Amino acid sequence: MPTRPGKRARVTTATSTAPPPSPAPPPDLAALAARHGLTVSGARPTLPAYLRRLWSRRDFITAFATAKLTAQYSQARLGQLWQLMTPLLNAAVYFLIFGVLLGTADHVPDFVPFLVTGVFIWTFTANSIMAGTRAISGNIGLVRALHFPRAALPVALALQQLQQLLFSLGALVVILVGFGQLPTASWLLAVPALLLQAVFNTGLSMAMARIAARTPDVSQLMPFLLRTWMYASGVMWSIDTVLGDRELPQPAALVLQYNPAVIYIDLVRFAFIDSFTADRLPPHVWAAALAWAVLCGAGGFLYFWKAEERYGRG
Amino acid sequence: MAENSTHPTHSTNPTAPVNPTHPTEEPTPTVVVDGVHITYKVNGARTGRGSATSALSRIVSRKAAPGVREVHAVKGVSFAAYRGEAIGLIGSNGSGKSTLLKAVAGLLPTARGKIYTRGQPSLLGVNAALMSDLTGERNVILGGLAMGMTRAQIRDRYDDIVDFSGINEKGDFISLPMRTYSSGMGARLRFSIAAAKSHDVLLIDEALSTGDARFRRRSRERIDELRREAGTVFLVSHSNSTITESCDRAIWLEAGRLRMDGPAKEVVAAYEEFTRAGGRAAR
Repeated sequence: MPTRPGKRARVTTATSTAPPPSPAPPPDLAALAARHGLTVSGARPTLPAYLRRLWSRRDFITAFATAKLTAQYSQARLGQLWQLMTPLLNAAVYFLIFGVLLGTADHVPDFVPFLVTGVFIWTFTANSIMAGTRAISGNIGLVRALHFPRAALPVALALQQLQQLLFSLGALVVILVGFGQLPTASWLLAVPALLLQAVFNTGLSMAMARIAARTPDVSQLMPFLLRTWMYASGVMWSIDTVLGDRELPQPAALVLQYNPAVIYIDLVRFAFIDSFTADRLPPHVWAAALAWAVLCGAGGFLYFWKAEERYGRG
Repeated sequence: MAENSTHPTHSTNPTAPVNPTHPTEEPTPTVVVDGVHITYKVNGARTGRGSATSALSRIVSRKAAPGVREVHAVKGVSFAAYRGEAIGLIGSNGSGKSTLLKAVAGLLPTARGKIYTRGQPSLLGVNAALMSDLTGERNVILGGLAMGMTRAQIRDRYDDIVDFSGINEKGDFISLPMRTYSSGMGARLRFSIAAAKSHDVLLIDEALSTGDARFRRRSRERIDELRREAGTVFLVSHSNSTITESCDRAIWLEAGRLRMDGPAKEVVAAYEEFTRAGGRAAR
C-alpha cells in the first residue's frame, strides 16, 4: 500500500540550505490513479461527449451572446438604437454610391429592396466570419481561466450575429413596405433560407476561430478576403446584368452561381421581392443551400473540435 | 539521498490533515501528479513584434521567429493529493506554482508525465467572463453560467452572492454597470461569484488578498466552507501566514522542482529558513 505523502515531509533536492532530507519514496502514482478511476486532466473529449457538454452549456451560450450584444452599444448615448441605425446607415452609403453615383439602379428593378436585402444578408455572413476570427484570441482570458467546450465561443458569437440580423430584418421590413413590397406568403421562405445561412455561418466561424487561434495574422487579412468575396457576390449589383451577354467558361460560371453567399442572398431576395423571380435562381438552389450549410456546419465543427485541447495553451 | 527515513515530527503535528476515511483504509486521491514537466513557448521574448523588414525576411527565409523561447517551468514534479486536504503551494517568484496549478486545471498541457484528476478541477475566478459594461446583476448570472451553474442554481444563490459581496450595503449598486464600481467593490463581487459554486477540486491563486480586512476575513471563512464541500483545495500564496492558517499540507517548489512536501508548518518553516539563508526575496 502506498504511503500517504501528506503525512510525511519529502525532500527531493538537497542543497546546502535545504533542511535535512526526509523523503518518502513516491508510490506508483499511475497505478494509484487507475485504482481510483481518476482521468487524465485536459484531454480532448470524444465527439458525442463534446456535443453533450456543448448542449449542457446552451444557457451560457445564449447569455454570452446577449451580453455581448447589449454591451456593444451600452456606452453610446443612443444605446440600443444603434442596432437599427448601423445597418440602415450601411445601406444608405451603398445606395448613395451604387444607386445614385454609379447608376446601378437603372438596370435593377426594385433597386433599394434589392440592395438593402443584399447588404443585410451579406453583413450577417461577413460579421459572423470576422467574429469567428476573434472568438478564441479575443476571449483568451476566458479560455485560460474556465472550463467549457471552446466551441461555445464561436457559436455564441455567431448567435450574436443572428440576433443582430433580427434587428436588421426589422429595418428591412420597414424599407420593403416603404418601397411597395407588401408581405406575401413567399416571405416565409426567408425563414429556412436564413436558418441554413446561420448554420453555414456558424461552421465558417468555428473554422476561422481555429485558424486565427493558431495564426492571429489571419484577422488582419480577412477584411480584404471578405471585400473580394462581397464584390464577387453581387451584393450591390445584379451579376447577370453586369455580365450581360459575355460567355464565361463553365467552371467560372458555376463558381459564381453556386457561391454560397450568392445562394443565400438570392434566396432571401426571392422570398421578399416580387420582381426577383425564380428564373434568376440557379437550378437546385435549395439543395445547394442545404449542402453548403451541412458541409460548412459539420465540417467547421469537426475541424474546431479536433484542436479542442490546444486552445489557449502555449 | 536517504530515501527511507521518515520525518520525526509528522505524527505530533497538530495541523496534520484530517483524514475523513478510516486511517487504515487507503485515502481517496483527487489529484495525482506523476512526473510532470511543463514547458511553454514565449513569443517575442527578445525583439517584441520585430520590424516589418525583419518579419518579411523571416517569412522569406522560413526561419522560426527569433523571439520564441522555450521556458521549462516545471521539472518532474510528482505528488498525490487526497480528499479533504488543503494544500498550499509555496516558492519564490517564478518557481512554477501558478503554472502547475493551471496544468492541474487542465488549462496547460504537460510536456512529459501525466496529471490524473477526479472530476474537473477548477480555478477560482470568473473575472474573464464578466463584462464591465453590464450591470452587476447580469454579471452574476453570466459568471455563474460561465462556471457551469444552471439558471436555477444561480437563482437559488443569487441573494447569497449579492449579500456576501456587500455591494448593496451602500445603495443599490448591483443594478449599475460594473465599470462604475470602485476596484474594491469589483473585486468583492468577482470573488463572491467565483466562490458561489462548490467544486470537487478547487484551485486558488492569490485570491485572498482582495477587499478590506472585513471582507478578507469573510472570504477566508468562505474558503474554509468551500474546502469542506470540495474534495481538495490547492492554494497558491506568497503569504506564509495564509498558508499556515488555511492549509494543513504544503508543497514547496523551487525553480520548477518539488523541494519539500509535508505538513504546512514544517514546510513553511523550512522555506522561511531557506529565504533567510539564501537571501532571496519572498513576498
